[in-house]
Amino acid sequence: MKKAIYPPLGIVLTLALWQWACVEFKIPTAALPTPGQVAVAGVQRWDLLLSEGWVTLKETLYGFGLALAFGIPIAVAVANSETLNLMFSPLLIALQSVPKVALAPILLVWLGTGIESKLAIAWLVAFFPIVVDTSAGLQSTPRELLELARSLRASRWQIFAKVQFPAALPFVVTGSKVAVTLAVIGAVIGEFIGSSEGLGYLLLSATSQINTPLAFAALFALAALGILAYLLIVAVEWMLTPWLPPSSERSH
Amino acid sequence: MSFGQLTNVRRVFERRAGSGRRTEALVAIDDATLAFEQSELVSLLGPSGCGKTTLLRIMAGLIPKTSGSVQIRGEEVTGPHPDFGFVFQTPTLMPWRNVLDNVLFPMEILGRSGGGARQRALDLLKLSGLEGFHHARPHQLSGGMQQRVALCRALVHEPTLLLMDEPFGALDELTRMEMNDLLLQIRTRTRATVVFVTHSIAEAIYLSDQVLVFSRRPARIAERIVVDLPYPRSPETRFSARFAELSRTASRALGVLH
Repeated sequence: MKKAIYPPLGIVLTLALWQWACVEFKIPTAALPTPGQVAVAGVQRWDLLLSEGWVTLKETLYGFGLALAFGIPIAVAVANSETLNLMFSPLLIALQSVPKVALAPILLVWLGTGIESKLAIAWLVAFFPIVVDTSAGLQSTPRELLELARSLRASRWQIFAKVQFPAALPFVVTGSKVAVTLAVIGAVIGEFIGSSEGLGYLLLSATSQINTPLAFAALFALAALGILAYLLIVAVEWMLTPWLPPSSERSH
Repeated sequence: MSFGQLTNVRRVFERRAGSGRRTEALVAIDDATLAFEQSELVSLLGPSGCGKTTLLRIMAGLIPKTSGSVQIRGEEVTGPHPDFGFVFQTPTLMPWRNVLDNVLFPMEILGRSGGGARQRALDLLKLSGLEGFHHARPHQLSGGMQQRVALCRALVHEPTLLLMDEPFGALDELTRMEMNDLLLQIRTRTRATVVFVTHSIAEAIYLSDQVLVFSRRPARIAERIVVDLPYPRSPETRFSARFAELSRTASRALGVLH
């Protein structure tokens, strides 16, 4: 019973406190609107929130999709070939440390202010968690399973498809959870720097017009988008790896 | 000519000596010579780290030997052979497959999935007391049950030789005794030839036709004990006078008794 009541209660109390503080300390709307004002702005312009939200969602999901499409094959290649591993692992590790969002202005110069540049940024930030976690997963196959496959003279393809890849899936999923969250951030930062669409753009434009309630509404919509993207991965996880006990029971 | 024959098998590892570039030779197995017949169960008994697992892996063709000869059915073993079955100390089942698909894995790899493969798997599971569990997932089973699935998986492709590396070592004593009886039952039904690595004297004597006692590294066969206990063996056998005698002989060979 407690589990059902306390979380919403926590949220309601926080909102009530917020509302009270705005009124009590006479905080100007332009600085911090009340929850009520944010809600009103949200409802009034829900069409805008939806259309811009859709743009940001597209940027996120496409960027994430590209990261998977490139990241997984690269991880497979690097994990299976000692040569490729030696050649490219150090490079990958070094590039990981570069803040990808610092590349955003350059990407804008190359790709313009359309959806492509946001996609590229989302892709770049999502790429590394996928590659790193997939590699780790592929290398984590239990030794005895590999020995068993070897003893049966399994082909490399059989070993990969039937043993290594399924063993790596939980790692791919973990990497995806991180990647999709980063993809949202990447998309929004791209919108901040140069865009005419999306929730990030809406947030900037509302702020510049001192329409703070709408800016906050956009912020909430972004939070909802991030949660939605994460839940999508959880749903895929549930479908693809049903053999794993729920996350709460797992050690990693 | 024996079914299985090892002659003067020697295995030397090269190991870095200190911090220099010189390597030193670590003799894991010194001079292993043994023979066993079809349908026999021979145990390799010795303390941890004495090289018996290495010898098992050499017999399996998973690691190379430095010198000597390993022949099974007259053929030299030079690499992994699909005709062998393995059971390791950890069940290492595939968590993404159910029990039946785990057992069928060798058949899939060998391309023999058709015909009676499924029925054979089900029969093995039934023999192991796991009837009705074929749709269960490994994480839903206890350690003992998982090891039983691993045993079925090792037998499903009707191997010539079953190689077992301390398969019951991680189980509690009671479960271990149950598994010993299961293995005896399986041997009766399938006439399988088994090479069994263990560090339990009681287990070695209870299960085997022949016990080879290993000394500490480098592994050398200190003694060969022929176990003449009658079949069928049961838990009562553990309390017979002959069992005690054989245990004493093994203990002496291991250096536990003097």
